[in-house]
Amino acid sequence: MTINHYIFLSVALFCIGIIGVLTRRNVIIIFMCIELMFNAVNLLLVAFSKMHYLAASVIDPATTAGTDGQLFVFFIMVVAAAEVSVGLAIIVMMYRNTHSIDASFLNRLKH
Amino acid sequence: MLFWFLTVMALGSALMVVFSKNPVHSILWLIVTFFSISGHYVLLNAQFLAIVNIIVYAGAIMVLFLFVVMMMNLNDISSPLKNKWLKFAGVISGCSLLLVLIAALKDTGTMQQEVLLNTGKIGLINNLGTVLFKDYVLPFEISSVLFLSAMVGAVVIGKK
Repeated sequence: MTINHYIFLSVALFCIGIIGVLTRRNVIIIFMCIELMFNAVNLLLVAFSKMHYLAASVIDPATTAGTDGQLFVFFIMVVAAAEVSVGLAIIVMMYRNTHSIDASFLNRLKH
Repeated sequence: MLFWFLTVMALGSALMVVFSKNPVHSILWLIVTFFSISGHYVLLNAQFLAIVNIIVYAGAIMVLFLFVVMMMNLNDISSPLKNKWLKFAGVISGCSLLLVLIAALKDTGTMQQEVLLNTGKIGLINNLGTVLFKDYVLPFEISSVLFLSAMVGAVVIGKK
């Protein structure tokens, strides 16, 4: 597989996430689409890490080039887990106050 | 062959996440997407990330989403009237972003480089653990503080 397959797959997943954020009004679905975009980026990072490993292992078979990319994915997952816990707490609080999880309901912030 | 199967599964279930009406169905489709992305990680021999992706995303985060959706009992709430043109504009702008990105990336120099499939030991936990606790030990500790603050924040927000 060449890298362009992975790039196009990740771009497509990311754009599906963008479309979800733009078209859906349910806050939970918007949040899930953000997770989808995180995963598109993660997949691309892993693919690039393996690409660099292949390029470097031709010169030195014992190389560990590309490890950083996979650790970045690990840290993205850590941050995403923390973000989800706080974000869902905010959504629950919003539901308690307004009895709705419609994003357009927050329009009244501008009045 | 397996790559194409996993790709079609990931894209199809991602589309179902966006376009299914019931929030619970979207969550279940998102779990399918995460499993197919984990399949991609296995194909790239990033075994540690594949397992972490299933445990953290499909196991923990999605169960949290399911809890919240079922706690809110969203099926009772009739979805408000949606502006058709707004939806159309969202789809058009997303598709044009896809078009722009593909057109920009189509002819770059690295596009034809090979990606190593099925072999290579950098994705194994042996190598990742060594590098994580040698070079990345400070970010690792900072992320523990991040988790603590997220936990405190979630409890404080939820208690009000």
